[in-house]
Amino acid sequence: MNQDKKQPGHPLDGLLRTDRIPHIWCPGCGIGTAFSSCLIAMKESQMDLQKTVMVSGIGCSGRGAGYANVDSYHTTHGRAIPFATGMKLANPELNVVVFSGDGDLFAIGGNHFIHAARRNVDLTVVCVNNFNYGMTGGQVAATTPYLARTTTTPAGNPEPAFNLPLLAYASGATYVARWTILHTRDLTESIQEAFLRHGFSFIEVLAPCPINYGRRNKEKALDTMRVYQEQTLIKNDAHPSELDIDFDRGIILGKFVDVERPTCSERYDDTCRPKELMEEEKAA
Amino acid sequence: MNPAVLTGEHFMTGDVACAEGALAAGCRFFGGYPITPATEIAEHISARMPELGGTFIQMEDEIAAMASVIGGSCAGVKSMTATSGPGFSLMMENIGLAVCTETPCVVVNVQRAGPSTGLPTQGAQGDMLQARWGSHGHYEIIALAPSSPQEIFYQTIRAFNLSETYRVPVLIMTDEMVGHLSERVVIPKAKAIKTVSRPRAKGRKDRFKPFEPGPNGVPPMAIAGEGYNIHVTGLTHDEMGYPAMTVEAQAKMMAQLVGKIRRNLDDIISTEGYELEDAEIVIVSYGVSARTSLAAVEEARGEGIKAGLLKLNTVWPFPEDQIRALSERVKGFITVEINLGQIHLEVERCACGKVPALLAGHPGGTIIPPDRVIEILKEGF
Repeated sequence: MNQDKKQPGHPLDGLLRTDRIPHIWCPGCGIGTAFSSCLIAMKESQMDLQKTVMVSGIGCSGRGAGYANVDSYHTTHGRAIPFATGMKLANPELNVVVFSGDGDLFAIGGNHFIHAARRNVDLTVVCVNNFNYGMTGGQVAATTPYLARTTTTPAGNPEPAFNLPLLAYASGATYVARWTILHTRDLTESIQEAFLRHGFSFIEVLAPCPINYGRRNKEKALDTMRVYQEQTLIKNDAHPSELDIDFDRGIILGKFVDVERPTCSERYDDTCRPKELMEEEKAA
Repeated sequence: MNPAVLTGEHFMTGDVACAEGALAAGCRFFGGYPITPATEIAEHISARMPELGGTFIQMEDEIAAMASVIGGSCAGVKSMTATSGPGFSLMMENIGLAVCTETPCVVVNVQRAGPSTGLPTQGAQGDMLQARWGSHGHYEIIALAPSSPQEIFYQTIRAFNLSETYRVPVLIMTDEMVGHLSERVVIPKAKAIKTVSRPRAKGRKDRFKPFEPGPNGVPPMAIAGEGYNIHVTGLTHDEMGYPAMTVEAQAKMMAQLVGKIRRNLDDIISTEGYELEDAEIVIVSYGVSARTSLAAVEEARGEGIKAGLLKLNTVWPFPEDQIRALSERVKGFITVEINLGQIHLEVERCACGKVPALLAGHPGGTIIPPDRVIEILKEGF
């Protein structure tokens, strides 16, 4: 092979920290696809990347921030959203993207998620849901399907799973969608659309974890992709209460919520700041 | 609208003086959560912050409050939170993140008696070792201990200045007595208040190393949105801020985090001495207990006992050298604090068996009366 031959540039070169590649994600893992959808959406949206920040928590998806070539913050477990809230409120000019996993955002960080949605903090939250704790070796999560096997539910999961879009909707999120990593085009367009919305946007991305979840549930990476192809149904505007993940009945994908409501910063300015100060700022 | 610096003479509580000190220091983000006896700081700031162009938010818990403060600071805004024991416990996780990511911020703990929910409305000084060691791993931290509303005003400004200078969380370890005490507070003119801002990133954006120490050992800080494309992580990291999972990287990062404090002890440590010159018995104290200790020193002097007071304005890093030097010439120490022996352990360590180090402690809920200190002095020496 000709070692001198220059590799053609990757379309996301400018947005990737290429000096940090290879990444840590396993073969067959879906996080990379979700991550590149997120970066493509950032690029395509024409948003000012210098004013764009990615915040992650802890876990496999939490490593996302470490590969994005924008100002990026890898925080503590579950705390990406409150960190991002502080950052956004302190400087509302920033576009703040939270990229993290289901365990991080909905178990240890669940309380922060619902409160940020309630406040309608202007954040875009991309949650890669792989149904388990991948980084620690495949333990049960708040999203693990009933009866699924994990290292801490060897006889099957006795608990039901969260319906994440319903939780987001009930908490006040103004944009809610769900896709899988097989639906990359829809996913990318959805993230891009969410970036342009003011308010709390939430996109759930179903992704395979063949090494830690699939292996214990007789599901190879390609099997999971087949499930994503054959057992999903795109139903935009479906009511969030219908969105429980049930592989037998079929998983509903699509955009479920897209409404306008004043953001946290807008309401704070309107309610708390002296009128004369706001007028001065407008004049300036 | 009121200005940021409320120049003039006031009669205010320690909690309100703390809030005013923060605003005078340039704090423009406060993420809080209500807790007795610190709530008044958040209440006062919630009213004052919007007119100064800053932001106050009451978060869903103290974990979130601390996380939001670090986010606010990384966005370039001087940021603070205030709490008491139970909330301080919840903040420990992200205080560690601030230490590891070298993010300036100020955390106020208006101490009440613990453990657990304890005595919510009654003061203590039982969180002093938690302040030092409460977050996991080994690190250095700065903690100040004001003993009056006037002091808390100035020490809050100092806390921000130290935090910005060294890129480290600074803890203000006050107590319920000081927090709820109303006294005269004089606030000077704005231009008489010295405020410090963090060293900022300069130069070529593609070559900037966000954790490469500057001349004073502190890395210049890039703010989110400036175009440096920095990466910041609570993982062990190299000078690029990239995760580095090696023993060598850990040693280098730890030397940086610990070194920037240990090399600047003269700047950071502040103590005051009363009647120390010829003192034979040195009372070591801080916060509200320094005030009752001062009365004890005066009483002892009246009886012809050569007592003196070493008042710790900075508790962490601990003034080891001062205690070691004193232990060469005095007859002994008494540490006065509203706990069952915390800073006392430090005094005992530094006295190193050369002279006795006694404790005038209390389980919490009230001050230690000067008479109790005198009793221990007479029994022990």
